Amino acid sequence: MGNSSEAIVHIKHLTKSYRRGEQTVPVLTDITFDIPTGEFIALMGPSGSGKSTLLNLIAGIDKPDSGILKVGGTDIALLSEGELADWRAANIGFIFQFYNLMPVLTAFENVELPLLLTPLSFKERQERVELALVMVGLSDRMEHYPSELSGGQQQRVAIARAFISDPVILVADEPTGDLDRTSAEEILAILDRLNKEMEKTIIMVTHDPHAAKTAHLIRHLEKGELDVEN
Amino acid sequence: MHFLKLILRNTLRHKLRTGLTILGIIVAIVAFGLLRTVVDAWYSGAEGSSETRLVTRNAISLVFHLPIKYQDRIKKLRGVTEVTHASWFGGVYITEKNFFPQFAIDAKTYFDVYSEYIIPPKELTAFTTDRKGCVIGRKLADVYGLKIGDTVPIRGTIYPGTWKFNVRAIYDGAEAKTDTSQFFFHWDYLNESRKRVIARSARTTDWVGVYAINISEPSRASEISGEVDKLFKNSLAETRTETEKAFQLGFVSMTEAIVVAIRIVSYVVILIILAVMANTMAMTARERTSEYATLKALGFSHLFISGLIYGESMIIAFLGTLIGILLTFPVAAMFSAKVGTLFPVFGVSLETIYMQAIVALLIGITAAVIPAFRSAQVPIVEGLRSIG
Amino acid sequence: MAIPFSYIIRNLITRKLTTLLTAGGMALVVFVFATVLMLEEGLRKTLVETGSPDNVVVTRRSAETEIQSVINRDQAAIVESQPEVAYGINNVRLTSKESVVLISLIRRGSDKSSNVLIRGVGKTGILLRPQVKIVSGRMLKPGLSEIIAGKSIADRYNGAGIGEKLYFGKREWTVVGIFDAGNTGFDSEIWGDVDQLMQAFRRPVYSSIILKMNDPTKFQALKARIEGDPRLTLGAKKESIFYAEQSQVLSNFIRYLGVALSGFFSVGAIIGAMITMYASVANRIMEIGTLRALGFRRNNILSAFLTESLILGAVGGVIGLVLASFMQFFTISTMNWQSFSELAFGFTLNSSIIIKSFVFALIMGLIGGFLPAVKAAHLSIVDSLRAV
Repeated sequence: MGNSSEAIVHIKHLTKSYRRGEQTVPVLTDITFDIPTGEFIALMGPSGSGKSTLLNLIAGIDKPDSGILKVGGTDIALLSEGELADWRAANIGFIFQFYNLMPVLTAFENVELPLLLTPLSFKERQERVELALVMVGLSDRMEHYPSELSGGQQQRVAIARAFISDPVILVADEPTGDLDRTSAEEILAILDRLNKEMEKTIIMVTHDPHAAKTAHLIRHLEKGELDVEN
Repeated sequence: MHFLKLILRNTLRHKLRTGLTILGIIVAIVAFGLLRTVVDAWYSGAEGSSETRLVTRNAISLVFHLPIKYQDRIKKLRGVTEVTHASWFGGVYITEKNFFPQFAIDAKTYFDVYSEYIIPPKELTAFTTDRKGCVIGRKLADVYGLKIGDTVPIRGTIYPGTWKFNVRAIYDGAEAKTDTSQFFFHWDYLNESRKRVIARSARTTDWVGVYAINISEPSRASEISGEVDKLFKNSLAETRTETEKAFQLGFVSMTEAIVVAIRIVSYVVILIILAVMANTMAMTARERTSEYATLKALGFSHLFISGLIYGESMIIAFLGTLIGILLTFPVAAMFSAKVGTLFPVFGVSLETIYMQAIVALLIGITAAVIPAFRSAQVPIVEGLRSIG
Repeated sequence: MAIPFSYIIRNLITRKLTTLLTAGGMALVVFVFATVLMLEEGLRKTLVETGSPDNVVVTRRSAETEIQSVINRDQAAIVESQPEVAYGINNVRLTSKESVVLISLIRRGSDKSSNVLIRGVGKTGILLRPQVKIVSGRMLKPGLSEIIAGKSIADRYNGAGIGEKLYFGKREWTVVGIFDAGNTGFDSEIWGDVDQLMQAFRRPVYSSIILKMNDPTKFQALKARIEGDPRLTLGAKKESIFYAEQSQVLSNFIRYLGVALSGFFSVGAIIGAMITMYASVANRIMEIGTLRALGFRRNNILSAFLTESLILGAVGGVIGLVLASFMQFFTISTMNWQSFSELAFGFTLNSSIIIKSFVFALIMGLIGGFLPAVKAAHLSIVDSLRAV
């Protein structure tokens, strides 16, 4: 990962369409682009442009129809379902617009969740989770349930959950879409730190130009096609 | 009407859940109906018996018999029109599983007293003239495929040996509740055979199980009963006389514990389905908290919201019960065919159907109480905020 | 590692009402299931422990019960002189010639009567049944009109309490003692002096002969000799087997009824679990999608939901068993169809019943949760993340 000029995401002639009833609706048509390791990229575009689909494909929760999709050197289109699950656990951290925390688990337990897929002992997990929550500034909220936290706090828990297993890539789908300005700023600052200090590659989908400015690179999608690189 | 339309649409929103709940209610209603019918069948012997016919047995217990000479003495009493007798044979037809009662009877008088057993005159004559002849009920004939002219072997448990009888007549019941699963043969045949086998122990011959007495005035039943018993007071075999109905109810009361248990269990199934139904309504109301809050915000009353929930609950309960009641009949018929002659009379009574309908009403209302109350209580603001 | 247990448990706790109603429905089914097994076990225990494997019961060959059996004095003498008979202290031959009849007694606090077995015993009668202990009053004296009553009878029948009098066989009999037979069938009997009873009932024959063997392994030889003797028309059975056979019909009835009811009812409870689990899946679609995105596999999701429904079943099982365990305080008394006499028995809980009931509850949970769990595991990640 040392060489930051090497592409961590390599996409060539990628297409994806959905069946809606009898009709086939194309979402992505012939996408080709690379994301260099350590990049913080924002994908922008109107709703229905296919930006979320592209993100899902890169994150390995959806499968392309055709084309090459290499993430971290692995051709993830070729992985079986089970292999893909393990791959995600090891390589991808997710941040969602609505945080997607388990309402019945505490902040600590939510962050701990991805570590349950690793062979770490409880003691090791505890250390890591506490450290992660300190990093997002929630060391005093560990035993709180999501319903007892504000939106911004919930999203910070979700971010801690995303990087706890030390993935290569963080994918964020509208991470500030449901937040007020101040909370959004906090979230973007944390993402920026994760990119700069921990060298995480971050791919963020957003339609908020202000949020996109935090990223180093902005790409626009429109009707399933990527704009020409500037 | 909009209100009804809304309820109906709501009911159909979760087709799977509504379908499963209705299925559960069907099962419960059928089970409830079947159990009640079993209890009814338990009492059918008493139900089908007469309040104007008297039965005289040995005062100690049925195990002790009565001398045959009592027949003439009873007959002489004023108000007695006919006296006949029957003795429990307690035999086994092929295997223990084939249970039906056999009685050794007084062929000359029995069917005069028991006029509800209808036999074609020709067959009756054929029976009375064949010492080894027997009369069987229609249900018995159907279950075991017996017909006139067949020979039926019965192995005695009280009277040793295998006894062979010729089917000479088949009787039908005058009413649906008449027991047509009985087997009758000549007491004379039993008695003569016994006399030949144990000549020296005359004590076990010339005795009969019970006397059945027809009286001219039903109002004098208890008076005549007393007279019969007085007749044999302080004799070797004292008697106890009561109406046939009381006599039969005495039998049922001996196994009362089982009847009570079945009754209790029939209510348990209602509780089970009530839990299922209440759960469905609770979940439904919970999921629609924000919808109900919206309706309230629009100005609909608590009553309207409660009405929606009660209405939905009643529709589900009603549909399940309707199908359940309709299915009770074929299921009861199947059950009856399966158990054969164990329950001589087995039919779904009108009362059972009413009970099923009442149960449905109760389930429908009870299941909605808590959800309706909760939904009405939730403040609008809080309700609007809740998702799922 | 799988999805944490706390996640599963807390999801159930969050929806208290639904969880409780679903588990409650299952608890009632488990209650019925366990109660029936306990009843069957209670009956089995009562009748099996009535008989001792060292004792042999000799009755007339065709008779299924002592009531139907007749043994005359000559036959009795032959049986008593068999070489396998054991001798007790003072060289007493351990055989008991007994006379067994039924008397009809009125239950306390009602006008209903039941058949109670009255057993005439000799001096050795009590020696052959070491489990029988006089708990109040004294043993009856031979040659007098004295009787002792089993504890199940004493409380429940008019005139059967200590110091009370019963009238039968043209005499008054005084209850001089109450005996406890350790919850065996003897608790439902009345005992008197065999000679006095035979005189009173004018019954010159015995019903059965009980003998203790000096060497239980010689039973086959004894049986063969008694059953092969042309002077005897008798059969011999080990006492334990003799009594076990008496419970067959009633115990089968309880078992079949129980299995049918539990099967029928469990359909209702399974449907309840299914509704709950489907709702549980529907409410958490987004969570399921998130878990899958985080790298949990379909199998993890499947087992998490199956565990959830298994817990529902387990909770139902525990509640049902706790309820059922209270049934141990109750005794049921009914007529045993085979012996035609009253028999009291309790609900017996043992580890095998606990395990069976609990497994039954888990199976209900498993079946109810299976389809919803499969549905949860097969949701597409993208679709479920999109669901709000």
